[in-house]
Amino acid sequence: MMQTFFDTSLTLNDLRFMLKGAGVTISITFWAVLGGSILGLLLGLGRASAPWWLNGPIGFVLDIFRSVPLLIQFVLANSFKSIIGLNWSAFTVGCVVLAIYTASFCTEVVRAGILAVPPTTRRAARSLGMTWAQDLKEVVFPIALRVALPNWIGLTLGVMKDTALISWIGVVELLRSSQIIVTRTQEPLFVLGIVGLAYFVLCFPISRFGARLEARWREND
Amino acid sequence: MDYTFQWRAAFRALPDMLWGALVTLEVALLSMVLGTFLAILLAVASGSRFRALRALSVSWVELARNTPAMFQIYMVYFGLGSLGIFLDSFLALLAAITFNNAGYLAETFRGGLRAIPGTQMRAARSLGMGQFQAFRLIVLPQMFRVVFPPLTNQMVWAILMTSLGVVVGLTNDLTGVTQDLNVRSFRTFEFFAIAAVLYYLMTKVVIGSARLMAWRLFRH
Repeated sequence: MMQTFFDTSLTLNDLRFMLKGAGVTISITFWAVLGGSILGLLLGLGRASAPWWLNGPIGFVLDIFRSVPLLIQFVLANSFKSIIGLNWSAFTVGCVVLAIYTASFCTEVVRAGILAVPPTTRRAARSLGMTWAQDLKEVVFPIALRVALPNWIGLTLGVMKDTALISWIGVVELLRSSQIIVTRTQEPLFVLGIVGLAYFVLCFPISRFGARLEARWREND
Repeated sequence: MDYTFQWRAAFRALPDMLWGALVTLEVALLSMVLGTFLAILLAVASGSRFRALRALSVSWVELARNTPAMFQIYMVYFGLGSLGIFLDSFLALLAAITFNNAGYLAETFRGGLRAIPGTQMRAARSLGMGQFQAFRLIVLPQMFRVVFPPLTNQMVWAILMTSLGVVVGLTNDLTGVTQDLNVRSFRTFEFFAIAAVLYYLMTKVVIGSARLMAWRLFRH
């Protein structure tokens, strides 16, 4: 079928190979976002209430992760792993680095969300007899979520696109799998076109959803 | 741990790496200037009467924002090659980052343009300015005040993105130079750690000078 329509040497097996790559891309995204969000939530909560002498250093360290190219972070982590003799796969290293990178952004997302809750509202909650935990759960989170969720969705989107960089340390994800096929078929435009479509199909619905959420929640403000 | 760090050898390569950093800044700056110019056109096109212009603007923006930058670089370097357009890795990197910057900035500028009241344009026109003149002298300067912080952010992104040139074989930007030194000596950690510090400093210098510029430009 394919042969007659497009006159390509791309086989069904190649497509299956790329589908596997897409699976790796999704699984890296999942682990990085999961780890990064948990870490980011904790750090964000900390940053919103920690004293300045603790807040400063945390902010400084997180800023480093945001100011160094991710590609270099992957290479550094990968070689550091070999130096200290850790027996991790490139996949694991990639997930861990990406999770820390995600956390460095997620911290700011969470912090901005919490700081968007007026202090008077929180004081009112506490003076009604709510405990610290109740105030957080019943008052802060519902309000902070409206600010943070659209940003968090944008962050997830960014992470999904950044997984492509992991190919540099040897993980065969979607983009790398396509490059492997291109070396055989010599049809870069066609194969890359499929890959681009795959990324677009993964990212576009999420980005639309985020934009709609933001617009709808802004209406109610 | 049976690894001895050799920082001395790595620091001897510092001058080469600094030259690489200069190339990195050059690519980033060029891509920002070109990207800003294209983004203004895209932002204006998105509000155009012509459907074709609107469609072009929307598809550019969505493609740039919903695919990885690394994919865009591959597309320019390998993809255009099969259409008979061969760019060297420097130009491919520049074109891809410009494409990416323009896509992100177009969204920013669209928001910025919406922040300028329509009365500004009408007032300028009624003073006898032409459509283009009013846009250039009245609307744009006000828009830049609004979009300056995101513009700075995008410049930082551009610097970080230039590190991807190495995937299409660029050897004279900071990451390219570092990778070159790396394959010759296998002192991976040392060289890349120095590169990381240089990137960090570059982003700080950019943010610092942007603050200074903002203070000079928008004081009033």
